[in-house]
Amino acid sequence: MNLQRKLEILADAAKYDASCASSGTELRDSRDGKGLGSTAPGMGICHSYAPDGRCISLLKVLLTNACNYDCLYCVNRASSNVPRARFTIDEVVRLTIDFYRRNYIEGLFLSSGIIRSADYTMEQVVAVARKLREEHRFRGYIHLKTIPEANDDLITEAGKYADRLSINIEMPEEDSLAKLAPEKDVRAIRRTMGRLRLKLDEAKEAKKADATARVRAPRFAPAGQTTQMIVGADAASDQTILSTSANLYGSYSLKRVYYSAFSPIPDASRALPLSAPPLMREHRLYQADWLMRFYGFDISEIVDATNPMLPLDIDPKLAWALRHRDRFPLDINRASREELLRVPGFGAKAVERILSARRYTSIRAADLSRLHVPRNKALPFIVLADHRPSPKVLESMTLAKQLKPKAMQLGFGF
Amino acid sequence: MTRHIILDSETDFDGWRRAARALALNNVAPHDVVWRTSGNEPDLFTPAAAVLPDGPLVSTFNVPAQFIELSQASILHRDPQRFALLYRLLWRLRMNHDLLDIATDQDVIRIRDMVRAVRRDEHKMHAFVRFREIGRERDTHFIAWFEPEHHIVELAAPFFMRRFADMNWSILTPDICAHWNDDRLSFTPGVSRDEAPTEDRLEKVWRSYYASIFNPARLKVKAMQTEMPKKYWPNLPEASLVKSLIANAGRVSSEMIAAEATAPRKPQQREQPMARQPSAHDSLSSLREKAADCRACPLWKDATQTVFGEGPAHAQVMLVGEQPGDKEDLAGKPFVGPAGQMLDRALKEAGIDRTKVYVTNAVKHFKFVPRGKIRLHQKPNTAEIRACRPWYERELAVVNPALVVAMGSTAAQSVFGKITPINKSRGRLIDMKDGRKALVTVHPSYLLRLPDEDARAREYERFVDDLKIAATQMQRDRAA
Repeated sequence: MNLQRKLEILADAAKYDASCASSGTELRDSRDGKGLGSTAPGMGICHSYAPDGRCISLLKVLLTNACNYDCLYCVNRASSNVPRARFTIDEVVRLTIDFYRRNYIEGLFLSSGIIRSADYTMEQVVAVARKLREEHRFRGYIHLKTIPEANDDLITEAGKYADRLSINIEMPEEDSLAKLAPEKDVRAIRRTMGRLRLKLDEAKEAKKADATARVRAPRFAPAGQTTQMIVGADAASDQTILSTSANLYGSYSLKRVYYSAFSPIPDASRALPLSAPPLMREHRLYQADWLMRFYGFDISEIVDATNPMLPLDIDPKLAWALRHRDRFPLDINRASREELLRVPGFGAKAVERILSARRYTSIRAADLSRLHVPRNKALPFIVLADHRPSPKVLESMTLAKQLKPKAMQLGFGF
Repeated sequence: MTRHIILDSETDFDGWRRAARALALNNVAPHDVVWRTSGNEPDLFTPAAAVLPDGPLVSTFNVPAQFIELSQASILHRDPQRFALLYRLLWRLRMNHDLLDIATDQDVIRIRDMVRAVRRDEHKMHAFVRFREIGRERDTHFIAWFEPEHHIVELAAPFFMRRFADMNWSILTPDICAHWNDDRLSFTPGVSRDEAPTEDRLEKVWRSYYASIFNPARLKVKAMQTEMPKKYWPNLPEASLVKSLIANAGRVSSEMIAAEATAPRKPQQREQPMARQPSAHDSLSSLREKAADCRACPLWKDATQTVFGEGPAHAQVMLVGEQPGDKEDLAGKPFVGPAGQMLDRALKEAGIDRTKVYVTNAVKHFKFVPRGKIRLHQKPNTAEIRACRPWYERELAVVNPALVVAMGSTAAQSVFGKITPINKSRGRLIDMKDGRKALVTVHPSYLLRLPDEDARAREYERFVDDLKIAATQMQRDRAA
């Protein structure tokens, strides 16, 4: 099989993993002329975008799509009839370097089907990273998938070469994982996330001590660990999904939980819903995730036993505000940062701009668009120097209806 | 009187700064200045020297550091109004030093928008430059053609130098070209597109990667175009596929949905887990294995793992704590976090070797609530203590220690089978029905929580004193 055909099969096999970021790692470059590559500060670089709106930052491939496991939701499950291929270690290394030199990519995201054993598979994945770093002195970004049961030395070595490691939790609940992915063991997944967290903490501590003692700290995945949950393959509610996220963020200091709408795949299993992926639900979950992490919301404020699902027609912050109309209208020229972050339509950046500007001038209705705040969404909830919503507006039962967007917005890029 | 200022180039920040400073110090109002770049002079043009106001520049003035950053970046914008806008801002800044913080001011908004556009263009250049390789091995050169929206080539070039220092490369643009040859960065005047190579051997492979990584079941064309606007497409080898990928997406994904189920590739041969022979007697390792799957209470759900006891199988002393904490939950071992360190210190001081004692917890899963990036410890309730007690009982039966040390109220509740106040029971050996002795003391994490340093020292002493009772008992047992 030629390289191009292998690449087609093994990229097709990798695309259901939503993670693609090249962000959050240490700064490296090759000014010394002894290596290839650098890392981008801040958010990373997306070198291209596919028509699915997803960024292409890394060469995202599997080492092989042969797999011992038979996870029903997965394109590579053992019982699927998709064509199989396997890269040699050198082929992946060569492809990464060739793409990188042409500025197509930031680096490599390598995963693999489980072949022979967890340790064998992990060893193969690590071997690619080792060769890139040690032989080719590659200084670009490397993201490696971690195989849960792999032994500790392999994981330590993976962290030495990789910028980011990830293990997918796949399902929000253990029951569905047991049903859909019988060979996967959520306990092993969690134990390994725990192992990664301990190693990440250790490396961070060592780095802190590094400043005083002149010993080089052991390197371990400076861009941390992430995971992915599949949305819509089982019956889990948004409340279940978000509490699993909250648990994972708190337990394993994850950089990100990716939500991946379950999507039709070639040669799909008939045991799962075969329909268009729930993209809007996925979008709302990301918004709720953001509210919990950056806007000071507790999960119980976003979903609870009576509202276990996020509304699809309005965003979760607006939904919260409509349920808590007694807290509004809020005087924008006086409110605290915490309060401002809860106003529908106010992003974190807009809040900072408001806080800074109102020290010198009072905010007026005309300023909203200059602050990139959607006027219609925010105005019913706020008091400005020249605006006060009539009490009737907030009390109105039709307010929710008025604020619903006219058309479905699907344009949400990641 | 209108003054004409001629700058050396489109990116002549120093020239703008010199002129603006002189103009401001001479109180020349913004509407009296016309800014041009060399080559775009008005017809009846007076030499630059003559238009700058005469007289020595005696006074100086300060601008916020932020203004320097903003002006350096915005001067790279293609808008011909930028020099005048910057001078007006400078003029207004002298009267209002805080002007840049007023995010609602029209001039501030305009300048910030310009800076954002320049930064974005720079970022997109980092992303969308595509090199093509020419020449043979050992003598290759990578060449790219790019059309930036703003004057950002000099700004963006160092990025490519840091990244591709080990290869020779050129980025050709209509305004200016950047080159990295023999470890030297240089710039030459702009060229036409014809100067750039038209293909590369890897582009076919790259295009097939692009087509394969696209998921036709989730079409979001708008999201793609927001981040990768059409103006960049002519220089992206993969962009030629976009149209056909979009056109076929609906068909491909509905075919995936409509396709007949195929017969599974091979019979479902799943390895059956080996049935273990149930042993008549518990050993510590078999207990540990069984406990790993324990679901006697709901705590297993949120925790990482069961944290079982640890220590010699026939230790003289068994230490019982409350429950694993954050660190213990991650590591799967009891007393390895801050409370464990406190315990180690106290044991050492009391003369007890930790490796000689068996250490366990009354409840073997971590109970907590997540709060952002941390987990807040929650005290286990009676039902959870009861649900977990059989594990303690079986550990006790296997290890068979002469003395059990209950640390804290949860441990005491488990050891005695009922709520047992610490302060009334601590500091003395208590005879148990099964012939063992028990000792009650505080949990080491209690010491960590005391806010007052004196109290902490005092309570630590008491804790060590309690452990010394255990040490003495161990010696007595050994002697007997």
